[in-house]
Amino acid sequence: MAEIKNQSAASDQQFEDALKKAHREWKAAADRSANAKKKYVTVSSAPIDPLYTPEHVKDMDFFRDLNFPGEFPYTRGVHASMYRGKPWTMRQFSGMGTPEQTNERYHYLLSQGQHGLSVAFDLPTLMGYDSDHPRSLGEVGKCGVAVDTLLDMEKIFDGIDLAKISTSMTINAPAAILLAMYIVVAEKQGVSMDKLSGTLQNDILKEYIAQKEWIYPPEPSVQLIVDTIEFGTKHMPLWNTISISGYHIREAGSTAAQELAFTLADGFTYIEKSIERGLDVDDFAPRLSFFFSAHMDFFEEIAKYRAARRIYAKRMRDKYGAKNPRSWMLRFHTQTAGCSLNAQQPELNLVRTALEGLSAVLGGTQSLHTNAMDETLALPSDKAALLALRTQQVLAHETGVVNTIDPLGGSYFVEALTSRIEAEAEAYFDEIDRRGGVMACIEEGYLQRELARAAYIYQQEIDSKERIIVGVNDYVLENEKIEIPILVIDPEVEAKQCASIKKAKSIRNDKRVAETLEELRQACRDNKNRMPFLINCVREYCTLGEMCLAMQDVFGDYVEPPII
Amino acid sequence: MSDKIRVLLAKAGLDGHDRGIKVIAAAMRDAGFEVIYTGLRQTPEMIAEAALQEDVDAIGVSILSGAHMTLFPLIYKAMEARKCTDIILFGGGIMTEEEMVILHSQGTDKLFGPGTPTPDIIAYVKDVVARKRKSEKII
Repeated sequence: MAEIKNQSAASDQQFEDALKKAHREWKAAADRSANAKKKYVTVSSAPIDPLYTPEHVKDMDFFRDLNFPGEFPYTRGVHASMYRGKPWTMRQFSGMGTPEQTNERYHYLLSQGQHGLSVAFDLPTLMGYDSDHPRSLGEVGKCGVAVDTLLDMEKIFDGIDLAKISTSMTINAPAAILLAMYIVVAEKQGVSMDKLSGTLQNDILKEYIAQKEWIYPPEPSVQLIVDTIEFGTKHMPLWNTISISGYHIREAGSTAAQELAFTLADGFTYIEKSIERGLDVDDFAPRLSFFFSAHMDFFEEIAKYRAARRIYAKRMRDKYGAKNPRSWMLRFHTQTAGCSLNAQQPELNLVRTALEGLSAVLGGTQSLHTNAMDETLALPSDKAALLALRTQQVLAHETGVVNTIDPLGGSYFVEALTSRIEAEAEAYFDEIDRRGGVMACIEEGYLQRELARAAYIYQQEIDSKERIIVGVNDYVLENEKIEIPILVIDPEVEAKQCASIKKAKSIRNDKRVAETLEELRQACRDNKNRMPFLINCVREYCTLGEMCLAMQDVFGDYVEPPII
Repeated sequence: MSDKIRVLLAKAGLDGHDRGIKVIAAAMRDAGFEVIYTGLRQTPEMIAEAALQEDVDAIGVSILSGAHMTLFPLIYKAMEARKCTDIILFGGGIMTEEEMVILHSQGTDKLFGPGTPTPDIIAYVKDVVARKRKSEKII
């Protein structure tokens, strides 16, 4: 036995020597013909080796670092059968103009084979303003659907059975209010909240970091999120209470490693705040979900998703003491990167989106949104929206990617990249901790500066043509004329919404409105869970703006110092 | 007054997408401009007032939310009210060429769409400010 072991050690040594020698010889040959001037970097400006070999993964341990799908640390996927068991959910984010117009688009998408809904709200709704507020001027219905009262939510979901369809709502600062509205709409359909499935984005930290749609200061905002986590844990077993989002961080210019690190750091902050509230990590963690971007660097993205699962599983088990395997699993939605799309030769965006979608699927996403080709010009037209959905259907049915789980697992390159991104994220966690945590980093502007710096480097690479973007800084068509249909939002939307608010105000009981709003204010002062109070306000047709203001009376507002 | 070009950069309306404007701000600073960035959620009045107070040559406004047809004309009106339309108003965002033509007729000098190289924007500002200063000297 000892002899066999020695022999095997000797052959290991022989193999390593042979490998090193072969590597030297290959490098000498490659260096003679490679373009030494060009920098080879990922879309995150991270340098990449020309070749990956067993040397790059020599520290990897199969069971510790990869294991089987559905097994800790889930590097290869959270489910044992992955897409053979359940295909990813095709969920196209959409919403525009009036609630009626959005309802029409939803019926259309569902009739074309989409699995679930994903609501895009307009900016006034995202910021907690009613459509008739002076600050809403020009913004109503422009980048999503306008919602002012329960009346609008009833129209959006008219004829859609909320017991059967899952809905994702992209809303953050006023997320608790929209969840309350959704619950009451379902209640009116006769569907109780324990039957509702879907996801509330509800991630305010990434708003301070990247998308900048907040109302209150960070601390009360996070407490409001803990309210929804607590409420959902008790009453909505099928609901994802939060979608901790890297997408917007990436869109704001981050690298892949920053996207991963800042998103997970945000997630850990919510987990810590929920534990502080007295919740048991295994009660709420199984309903936490994540949301990442799929950018153009195919392999880097796949490595990012794999690293995300591994980091999360380890932290949840080892740092937060979660015992339920479901608490260890990082489940995520992916959207292809809007910032990778271009206004020039917009049909090329179909190609970009297909490649990005493929990386998300190879990375084991649970659901996917593929962007429409016209998104740098306007909200998607019907045709562009349909093509985007069809792109996913081609991926699912024609390419064979659903057949095999984690097909790139074991690739020297992808494994090395997975470990490298994990290490980069860990370094950011240390830096964030050193600076006092995510909330302190936000108030100090550290995370915002990191993003701005990465975005500037990326743009400089494009301006200097170190990075080629087809149709933008090379292969440009002179005097290009855009020849795809553009969706125009009817300027009448604003007037229609204002009329709808008037109508709601004429049918409601003003006394009950005032009472429920005051009860909400009191719940904010007493730091009670705000969800039941919001549900009462919604039932009385309080407007979104009224509810936001009532809470602002107690919480105050927040202004970010301008950071370049 | 120094020869340096002074530019006020602003985000108007409710839109929080500030990646583009920050990249422009950094590029302009590297090009030797004096850049004042207002931060987010500026009303037309706030923008015009800041431009006046800061005595800038040009105002650059970024709007990606679809509210450009409302906000750019309002900013120009706010400049008219302060008699500071000698300041050049330019901007960028997601908009069609037809819209750019309309906004130009309503006081916004130039608008840049997605994918514009940063050096083009800097060259434009240098050029337009040089012409403005020359014509002011003649007067």
